[in-house]
Amino acid sequence: MSIFIAKRLLTLIATLIGASMVIFLVMEILPGDPALVILGVEATDEMVAALTKELGLDRPAPERYWTWISGLLQGEMGTSYAYKVPVWELVEGALWITIPLAIMSIILSIILALIIGLYAAAHHNKAGDVALMGFSQLGISVPNFWLALLLILLFSIQLRWFPAGGFPGWNEGFFVCIVALLLPAISLATVVGAILARITRSSVLEVYREDYVRTARSKGLSQRATLWLHVLRNALIPVLTVTGIQFSALLTGTVVVENVFHIPGLGSLVLKAINNRDTIVVENVVLLLATMVIMTNFVVDILYAVVDPRLKAHDI
Amino acid sequence: MTLLDVQDLTITLATAEGPARAVRDLSFSLERGETLGIVGESGCGKSMTALALMSLLPERSNTEGKILLESEDLLRFSEKDLCNIRGNRMAMIFQEPMTSLNPVHTIGHQVMEPLRLHKGLDKDAAHAEALRLLDRVGIPNPKARIRNYPHQLSGGQRQRVMIALALSCGPDILIADEPTTALDVTIQDQILELIQNLVSEDGMALILISHDLGVISENTDKVLVMYGGSAVETGRTDKIFGELTHPYTLGLFAAMPKLGMGRNARLATIPGVVPDLMNLPAGCTFFDRCPLASDHCRDASPPVHVLNPDHAVACHNIDDARGKKSEELYL
Amino acid sequence: MSNSDPTSFLNRCRRSRSFLIGGVMTGFLLLCAAISLFWTPGSAYDIVIPDRFLPPSAEHWLGTDQFGRDIVSMLMTGTQNSIAVAVVAVSIGLIIGVSLGLLAAAKRGWTEEFIMRISDFSFAFPAILSAIMITAILGPGGVNSILAIGLYNIPVFARLTRGSANAIWAREFVLAARAAGKGKFRITFEHILPNVLSIIIVQATILFAIAILAEAALSYLGLGTQPPHPSWGRMLNEAQSLIFLDPWQAVFPGLAIATAVFGLNLLGDGLRDVLDPRLSRKR
Repeated sequence: MSIFIAKRLLTLIATLIGASMVIFLVMEILPGDPALVILGVEATDEMVAALTKELGLDRPAPERYWTWISGLLQGEMGTSYAYKVPVWELVEGALWITIPLAIMSIILSIILALIIGLYAAAHHNKAGDVALMGFSQLGISVPNFWLALLLILLFSIQLRWFPAGGFPGWNEGFFVCIVALLLPAISLATVVGAILARITRSSVLEVYREDYVRTARSKGLSQRATLWLHVLRNALIPVLTVTGIQFSALLTGTVVVENVFHIPGLGSLVLKAINNRDTIVVENVVLLLATMVIMTNFVVDILYAVVDPRLKAHDI
Repeated sequence: MTLLDVQDLTITLATAEGPARAVRDLSFSLERGETLGIVGESGCGKSMTALALMSLLPERSNTEGKILLESEDLLRFSEKDLCNIRGNRMAMIFQEPMTSLNPVHTIGHQVMEPLRLHKGLDKDAAHAEALRLLDRVGIPNPKARIRNYPHQLSGGQRQRVMIALALSCGPDILIADEPTTALDVTIQDQILELIQNLVSEDGMALILISHDLGVISENTDKVLVMYGGSAVETGRTDKIFGELTHPYTLGLFAAMPKLGMGRNARLATIPGVVPDLMNLPAGCTFFDRCPLASDHCRDASPPVHVLNPDHAVACHNIDDARGKKSEELYL
Repeated sequence: MSNSDPTSFLNRCRRSRSFLIGGVMTGFLLLCAAISLFWTPGSAYDIVIPDRFLPPSAEHWLGTDQFGRDIVSMLMTGTQNSIAVAVVAVSIGLIIGVSLGLLAAAKRGWTEEFIMRISDFSFAFPAILSAIMITAILGPGGVNSILAIGLYNIPVFARLTRGSANAIWAREFVLAARAAGKGKFRITFEHILPNVLSIIIVQATILFAIAILAEAALSYLGLGTQPPHPSWGRMLNEAQSLIFLDPWQAVFPGLAIATAVFGLNLLGDGLRDVLDPRLSRKR
């Protein structure tokens, strides 16, 4: 098991380095001079040159890459061009909103997927199954930001149950914050939940046809006990894969949905940074989001081995 | 009291093309300590019969008749009561040891499961009992093996684990559905011998299902030859093999390799294929493949002739069939 | 190969409900785009302030927006935009991704390793993320969003193609072709590509739907198509600020996106049944 984790850890580090290089190179290759952007079109050549030197942009690319990465390892992300404050300060506040939102959404979508998927599988080809699968096909097709708008229309404007947007801040109390994140989380979880529900259903149906399920029944386990003790764990393996893939979709979904609800998370931060041409913020936030995606895949890989003992043996 | 008494068992499966009668009017009985062999080609209803005894047929099926376990009809049992029977008083071993064990649980966990369920043993007691069982079925070094996952075991070892699992609660009846078909020839005999020994040590009844007449003749007290969902020849093993009578049984015998046959000898085959369960003929199901078939075979169900108290044959042309040798009918 | 039998192919088309419904919906989408090229019921561009916020009527089927533009016309013209972005973005991914996948499968060795590792990295950058990066530097705009979505599609196609192509390379008829002395290049075009085509077509349909969703999201964020070109995502963006005044404006563009994506997803499912019956059985 430890060899397995070590191997995966090495892959993780390699992928992270690769991703940071890709981001750096993209920022490097594509045209646009940050100094010019900060100073505006009226800037003289001397002013631009001075600022370029101040930002360290005149140094060779490998050196700048190293400065960026070594800074990151010490928790330093540089200074925002637009706000003149450390990037980390901006990012930290946003992280405390985006990560809880992403976690809430993924939990909601897994609950949704298990309930719908298991119900549909248990009522295979009956009216309930057909209706739920029709709905899930619909759920996959709905853009999350539109769903967010519809939720605002219904729950905030018509029923006035939830705030239409904004985020009170964690020091205002846990409960109000969760309430503020609920509608965004639902709009993100519907789409991902619909996808996962379809996978859960087909996976459970497939496992039910396995010989070992018949063995479990022949031992005297009830239908229900068989489902929980023998079917579910096997059926979860493909669900886990897709959950990992969907988590990255969900993270980028937060970028969009945060803007619908005016929630000051990473998504709002990065969009503002784009409008301000604050490339250093964009660079760091994109790396952060990419890191979260990569980390999720790492965790999913480890979880695999926990769920499926065959994989462990394969790698050792 | 008779341990198991099956009366007029009829199984109808709902398929996409319509109802299929997998088993028709099957009756047999089994005493404690007795061994019954059910033999026939694949698709003749053997496995369906076994699953019906365990009440594990697919949902889209209908079972009629009676399955009396010590005079209680299992077909009238609630699902909850059936769960108390399965794995406890009746247990089953399946054909595919490679896929019959759950890949995500250790073999120890899977052997302990029925012990905890039916015997109410706590974890330690179940563990100790599982060790004893694994040892008994011939798993070497059970203390280490008990923590293994199925994929770490060979096919023969997995089938031994399946046997340990089936025997864990000391059932009255063990059903073994082609337990050696998927195994290497060298291991087949070991597994059959193991089953045979364990069954006689514990005094349980065994239903051994096989397509192999040789396996049946060596391991059973009674035989039921099935074709197209119904019994064509039944009786005591020694009586039947003393006088193979039904043309189908003779065909099975002709198709069996025999010792000293010589490598160039051709095995006989029964022409044709097993009947389509969707469109069974009105009369004898073996009609279209039978070398002795006559017109009334097609139209009427064959009558059962009791040759002696321990041997019965369902055939219209019983007089023709009697005394025929297999090589006279099949070449 | 049963695929080459035209009667059974048509039969499968007729029998697949997903294919029929998805096909009709996608056909309707294309029709709307085609009609809007030379006719729309009103004007999608003309600002007529006195006509703003008109309710649905015979003249304006779904009413008008805050500038007096006809909503049906904007939706119809928006179809062009969505389709154009999706076609170009999927084509970029298709041409480059499939070529890379075929190359990886044909060359094996470190070429394959290199292509696959690169595509591993790019999986850390979903469409929206790469679009954010690209627009951060190139500035927002329709072309840049096409580029971003297209870039995202490349590794998806590359992986799929390489996986399926490797399976075909291992088949007997390919071995026979190699034994007959045919080159790798020729085998790729004569044997590999035709056999992976159906799986690529199905994937392209699904990525087409994803591209429409991504384009709408980018335009909604203001990173995609710029005004005055009507686009469904932008319409939703503008509708949001007016949500108290005119909530219906926030409904129709989303309905258009959902219908288009739903139709394409169904078509993809249906195509899977029709083109490759073996695949559909697995689901």
